[in-house]
Amino acid sequence: MIISNSPHTHSGNSIQKNMRRVIYALIPAYLVALYFFGLGALIVSLTCMVSCVVFEYVIQKFMLKREPTICDCSALLTGLLLSFNLPSNLPWWMAVLGAAFAIGIGKMVFGGLGNNPFNPALTGRVFLLISFPAAMTTWPRPIPLSMHYLDAETGATPLAYIKEIAQLKVDATSSATAIKEATQAIGQVPDYLQLLIGNIGGSMGEICALALLIGGIYLICTKTITWHIPVSILATVAIFTWILHAHNPLIMADPLTHILTGGLLLGSIFMATDYATSPMTHWGQIIYGVGIGLITVIIRVWGNYPEGMSFAILIMNGVTPLINNYIKPKPFSKL
Amino acid sequence: MITFKVGGVHPHDNKITASVPFKKVAVPTEVTIPLDQHIGAPAKPIVAAGDKVKVGQMIGEPGGFVSAAVHSSVSGTVKKVDKFRDAWGTYHPCVIITVEGDEWLEGIDTTDTLITECTAEPKEIIDKISKSGIVGLGGACFPTQVKLMPPKDCTIDTLAVNAVECEPYLTHNHRLMLEKGDEVMVGVQILLKALGIKKAIIGVENNKKDAIEYLKSLLPKYTKDCDIKVVPLKMKYPQGGEKQLIQALTGRIVRSGALPASTGVVVQNVATVFAVYEAVQKNKPIVEISLTVTGKKVKEPGNFIMRIGTPLSAAVEMVGGIPDGTEKLICGGPMMGKAMISTDTPANKRTSAVVMIDESEAKRGKESNCARCGKCIDACPMGLEPYLLGTLSQRNMFDELEKHYVYDCIECGCCTFTCPCNRPLLDYIHQGKANVMMIMKNR
Repeated sequence: MIISNSPHTHSGNSIQKNMRRVIYALIPAYLVALYFFGLGALIVSLTCMVSCVVFEYVIQKFMLKREPTICDCSALLTGLLLSFNLPSNLPWWMAVLGAAFAIGIGKMVFGGLGNNPFNPALTGRVFLLISFPAAMTTWPRPIPLSMHYLDAETGATPLAYIKEIAQLKVDATSSATAIKEATQAIGQVPDYLQLLIGNIGGSMGEICALALLIGGIYLICTKTITWHIPVSILATVAIFTWILHAHNPLIMADPLTHILTGGLLLGSIFMATDYATSPMTHWGQIIYGVGIGLITVIIRVWGNYPEGMSFAILIMNGVTPLINNYIKPKPFSKL
Repeated sequence: MITFKVGGVHPHDNKITASVPFKKVAVPTEVTIPLDQHIGAPAKPIVAAGDKVKVGQMIGEPGGFVSAAVHSSVSGTVKKVDKFRDAWGTYHPCVIITVEGDEWLEGIDTTDTLITECTAEPKEIIDKISKSGIVGLGGACFPTQVKLMPPKDCTIDTLAVNAVECEPYLTHNHRLMLEKGDEVMVGVQILLKALGIKKAIIGVENNKKDAIEYLKSLLPKYTKDCDIKVVPLKMKYPQGGEKQLIQALTGRIVRSGALPASTGVVVQNVATVFAVYEAVQKNKPIVEISLTVTGKKVKEPGNFIMRIGTPLSAAVEMVGGIPDGTEKLICGGPMMGKAMISTDTPANKRTSAVVMIDESEAKRGKESNCARCGKCIDACPMGLEPYLLGTLSQRNMFDELEKHYVYDCIECGCCTFTCPCNRPLLDYIHQGKANVMMIMKNR
């Protein structure tokens, strides 16, 4: 007989189930990545997943002398998410290095799942971005079922175009030719349909808005995440860029382009909603989402990087403990 | 459909005995009647070894203002006034009676005839309730007469009848409404009279549609000079919690530390209402309790009526014994009941069910780090932060616990139930809360 305190039943929910649901939700985007980037996407994603799991096992077993928790699927998910944030022509050893950083510095030094202040996958990605800026910013062009890996044909992302155009505009103020050039360049930005289906350059997981949205709806329906973080990020970005676009439509992209590009959906649905690094209460989550949205747009428009999502999420990760400390749920007896 | 506003969870309801009518458990040869079947002071025994007693005779008188009388549930000879050890290892004062025949005290109406007319005055009603040893039969066992005499500064305007039965597996209240619907309605009228008010709301969870329909069909007969409503509630645990039910039915909030009566609402369990009917109309004190004996692997799970003091094993035998592979015996429902080491413990006013579950349900998962998912915050019906309270309790940080309203916790178990990391949050909070309550009391 088992004697223990109440409750004597459990919802059956577990970390493993939640992590698995997130992995399922990433499958559509993964398939799209495999279709457009072919062999490269396969090599980079497998490298990331395998090395994340191996690093977690080795660190827990031999360095921390604890029972490894790789069965909870969180390392696998970190690996998959990390690979989603990398260009598919990244040399495999860089991916391994990124995975080592993500698991080792991003997660394990703080005591493992739940104790890490920053999103491990993004920590790994930003580490690579700063260490290998060239490799991390040359994205392959989407070529259906391409068999190229390191030798893939490269091209810029939509947001990089927009950044270039803005630069041109600044370089040659009011020169008629510059404006003409700029307008032509805008013509190279893919249309919304291409953005939706993912026929654009970029990190392997961020390209197909439609697949990411399907994953997001699945996560919200299965109550793995709530709507608060993704919706507040998207709404903030939409409103902020709409104001900027209305102010100067020539050099500022419209809200929809901003939302569909640059990993905004990937970030807001899958990265910003990471349990350990996002606030616990719904109001806290909304503040956190608004913060991410604002910082993203500021980096995109005025910063040095065309995509600001990873930095925005990491900055707000840092603010999360503060939000948790000040934004408390209202007790029932004080309603 | 309405429900309470904050938190709550949806455990699988497993109401497998909802259509099984009550059966009576045979009177045993000896009963052990505890003298502390209620909150407050234990009853003082008024019999001694060798005394002859009849069914319904008082054997323990209230030991204080917040206390309740205890009656003999059998006829026979008092063997001794003693202590017994219950299924949780604690000792309780009790009266042990050897059964001889089944002779009821004169004046008790043991027939099933329905008496709708109540001539007693409010004072008389409360007096009868107090003499009949009636306590809240929803599990808390708070003496009913105390609830019917609220402090002067509380103006009562509504009686809320708790027929929610939100615990999984339990169906005895459901059966009571179906089999004794008229009696329940008369009981409601009596309580309204005792409180001197006109408005009653019966809250029933929506998984008991037949009971809702039946009670609604009875309403026209009983609402001539009072306003009784049957309100279906959306299924959500812990809807049967007093504070949650008041909020769901009236929208009013019980403040921390305040009496529920401060909102103008008195809540009575439907089984208590039936007991009030029996006490006032039939002079019958509480000598029997109703309970559900169930479990997924149990051969013939059912609902039973048994005399107080009968060992629970008697009812367990009637369902075909403890099934193989049972790993946990729960007295009460699986959310708030207590795990027993055996069923050799007397049935009393606190008993509402015996649930037998196997290892797959009983075993707790391996605890891991808090993943900070915030699911416990969403689940907490009191709007607290269970993850934080659990950690603060582990570290004995009592000042911080008090700052985070640990005293508001109703120990419903939603946090432990929902935690994906299998953290036994309520175990931790329980300890921290006990310490904080003690500190606050000594201040």
